[in-house]
Amino acid sequence: MPSLKDLKNRISSVKNTRKITKAMQMVAAAKLRRAQDAAEQARPYAERFNAVMASLAASVGGSDTAPKLLAGTGQDKVQLLIVMTAERGLCGGFNSSIVKLARSHAAKLKSEGKEVKILTVGKKGREQLKRDWGDAFVGHVDLSDVKRIGYADAQGIAKDVLTRFDNGEFDVATLFYSKFHSVISQEPLTQQVIPADYESATDDEAPKDQSEAALYDYEPDEEAILADLLPRGVATQIFAALLENGASEQGARMSAMDNATRNAGEMIDKLTIEYNRSRQAVITNELIEIISGAEAL
Amino acid sequence: MADTMQFDLVSPERRLMSGEVTSVLIPGAEGDLTIMANHAPLITTLRPGIMTVEGEKGTSQYIVTGGFAEIGESLTVLAEKALPREDVDQETYEALVQEAQDAYHQTKEAYENEPGPVDDAAKLLNDMVAIGGHIGLSPKQPNL
Repeated sequence: MPSLKDLKNRISSVKNTRKITKAMQMVAAAKLRRAQDAAEQARPYAERFNAVMASLAASVGGSDTAPKLLAGTGQDKVQLLIVMTAERGLCGGFNSSIVKLARSHAAKLKSEGKEVKILTVGKKGREQLKRDWGDAFVGHVDLSDVKRIGYADAQGIAKDVLTRFDNGEFDVATLFYSKFHSVISQEPLTQQVIPADYESATDDEAPKDQSEAALYDYEPDEEAILADLLPRGVATQIFAALLENGASEQGARMSAMDNATRNAGEMIDKLTIEYNRSRQAVITNELIEIISGAEAL
Repeated sequence: MADTMQFDLVSPERRLMSGEVTSVLIPGAEGDLTIMANHAPLITTLRPGIMTVEGEKGTSQYIVTGGFAEIGESLTVLAEKALPREDVDQETYEALVQEAQDAYHQTKEAYENEPGPVDDAAKLLNDMVAIGGHIGLSPKQPNL
């Protein structure tokens, strides 16, 4: 049976924890709003970009001269997995669910006899993958100093990936990130970025785009535009994924911290009841002693 | 009253402008072109330059560093980076030139024996320097 003082100490320590988790929840809520805004702002660009790419890809994609970024290298032997996670923990299952998806994907590829290379973005994913897939790491992007994700960050990652592709280090690149649905639901996703897969991305609009595509003039010409735009497409997709991930991380942290705050509250209630009981027990005990002492006289 | 068309200027990070305009001068990869309402559908890439937007509320100018424009029913410019002209001061401008110069040197190292990409990068750099002359900022002479 813990003493009264022990209980009191525990209650105050749980109260402190509750203050911290409450504060973290509110910070996450504010950051979530900002992350959602950023994702919203970036949407028009990505939508227009994908629509144009889809129509370009439809008209050039079939030919033999299609760029490698669109048509692929003709192989899928070496696979690059770009695993995007958070720089910080305490956000529920956010990091582990992305890592879990990446891990099962990597294992599947390996059992099919393919070579797996992993590029990690964000510290937490790297730590979790290190034990099983440490040998497959080819690089790491650290975003811990970045307060607000900008397009330049995505361009940096895209540049790294494209240089590797030009050097023939891999055939297929896949992004792993978490899509933001709502505060309580984020879904880990895979998205193939190289070779680019624009047709499936804009499935609903495809018929409309194709009829429009025939009408456009191109300056310089279709191939030159495509060659110019494809590397940008990689950066755009990475940027969109980074923003989704940012919003998901804050959403996951917010609900995790909300749970933690509630748990701390319940714990405080329980401990307070226990504290009151044992205090009453002590008082009763003392009374009994006094009364039995008085009777003995 | 001239015809107007819908115009959107978007960068990857945000939508900079959206509204009805009468004409837009865009720095196309193969030369400047002015787009007015009912222009034939066209997709063109951009070179670094100044974009002039004429709307009912007056004229506004933007510095763009690249990207592409889609002209259909409406005009959409997807710029890699776009800054309102009044926001560009000497410091920002020098940073932009420096960026182009770094890209040029990197390309030069990467493609030693291929003039194609190096010339492209040099052209981008020269375009960037030329902007300075147009907006009245002294361009630092590039080191080629």
